[in-house]
Amino acid sequence: MRDAVARFVHDGDTVVIEGFTHLICFAAGHEIIRQGRRNLTLARLTPDLIYDQMIAAGCARKLTFSWAGNPGVGSLHAFRRAVEGKGAAPLEIEEYSHFGMVARFSAGAARLPFWPLRNYMGTDLPRVNPRIRTVTCPYTGEQLATVPALNPEVTIVHAQRADAEGNTQIWGLLGVQKEAAFASQRVIVVVEELVDQSVIRSDPNRTVIPGMIVHGVVVEPWGAHPSYVQGYYDRDNDFYLAWEPISRDPDKLARYLDEFIYAVPDRAAYVRKQPGLAARLRAGERFSSGVNYGF
Amino acid sequence: MAAVAARELRDGEVVFVGIGLPNLACNLARRTHAPRLVLIYESGAIGAVPERLPVSIGDPALVTGSSMVCGMADVFQSILQSGRIEVGFLGGAQVDRYGNINTTVVGSYERPAVRLPGSGGAAEIAIHARRLLIVSKLSLRAFPERVDFITSPGQRHDGVPRSRLGMPGAGPVKVITDKAILEADEATGEMVLAALYPRVDDADVRREVGWSLRRRPRLGRVEPPSATEVRLLREVLDPRRLYLKG
Repeated sequence: MRDAVARFVHDGDTVVIEGFTHLICFAAGHEIIRQGRRNLTLARLTPDLIYDQMIAAGCARKLTFSWAGNPGVGSLHAFRRAVEGKGAAPLEIEEYSHFGMVARFSAGAARLPFWPLRNYMGTDLPRVNPRIRTVTCPYTGEQLATVPALNPEVTIVHAQRADAEGNTQIWGLLGVQKEAAFASQRVIVVVEELVDQSVIRSDPNRTVIPGMIVHGVVVEPWGAHPSYVQGYYDRDNDFYLAWEPISRDPDKLARYLDEFIYAVPDRAAYVRKQPGLAARLRAGERFSSGVNYGF
Repeated sequence: MAAVAARELRDGEVVFVGIGLPNLACNLARRTHAPRLVLIYESGAIGAVPERLPVSIGDPALVTGSSMVCGMADVFQSILQSGRIEVGFLGGAQVDRYGNINTTVVGSYERPAVRLPGSGGAAEIAIHARRLLIVSKLSLRAFPERVDFITSPGQRHDGVPRSRLGMPGAGPVKVITDKAILEADEATGEMVLAALYPRVDDADVRREVGWSLRRRPRLGRVEPPSATEVRLLREVLDPRRLYLKG
């Protein structure tokens, strides 16, 4: 992870660590914080705790997003302090809805300049975000909303497994990872398990990101905690609840960053620091029935 | 409020489930009168049958046993924008006279007094769902005449009806609160008083609403939650009180 971040994530980059509740790569975010990256534009549908931590650590100049909360709990307080003008540093924001962000990645993946959608009429979002515009359909004359392509410098995707070439398989919630990866100039995949290529080739429909667009593969068990990995470990909902009082208080937040990010060298040490994780969160077994790929 | 909201869902309907109380109401409906309710979550779980109450709309229990899991581009383009959602179900920090919802900012956008999470999928759910249900606890702060910011559009925007703005769905048809149910008036698009909870009168509702609330000529009575609904909510669905407060 240290090498991948050093090599592929640079100051000033637009960085996407995607994953909708599922498969959010906290290990990558923590390493970016440790390496002291600055002036990043962080983009994600749901900034979640990981971008709250990166904002608190001073990595971000700008945030592009569509829902900035702590799901089922409340606020992201480092984000709120920054936007409400009470934070240590200002934070520029560029705001969409989920559909808008999905459409931005879809345009980026297809290397189109924009994506049309039937949306935003009657909302105040285009008023505060001049990049949400309209186009007249050349076939029907209908006016449609448009959003610009998002082509990040680097996208980081956590997944269950990949082979050494980066062919990456995901099951469970897929979010917008495929589009984000294809839209990106560089792609890092972080996996719970590195598997032999024969495992990937035995079930090719499960591959979401092909090795041809992947620049680095990192093996990092528990790399998504406190997010989750279907079939590996559950979401640490207690930590999401605990984040509320931590992030509400800048001193507590700074102590958290010190103890769980700056004071640990890597994810393995982070996991060793929390010995109960496996007993508490290890996933139960619900196997699918296989299919016949024969011809 | 969760039990009252659940009763608005009909068996077999396709519902797009929002975060918070709608999540609880939809799961209650599925376990009571609407076992064939098709739950769709913006996270990509289609036909979800969660064995535990999902803590968020991206909970792993939504995947296990569901009929389909797809990417979010499919959810928004091929399922929502294509008009396949019968009911949208949203909560809101502020709801106004025309059912416009604000989940973005209290105060001005540039210098917000309180920054809220933003739209998520709410804006497009409000635009595309064939009908929209809103759940929100009644209070003057939550029900201003005009919201500070329109995140999810209601029946009128600056006086212009939603159909003229090109929105496919019918928009908010009901607002379910903890004291009363409001409904959109077909002629004016205004939210008007339609039904009262037991031991609540007109004046109790008017005190908590920031505009001069009109009423239907005949008001309905909201039945209190049944013993089964209360038991399911408190003991089975939300024993840790994630959504049920107080």
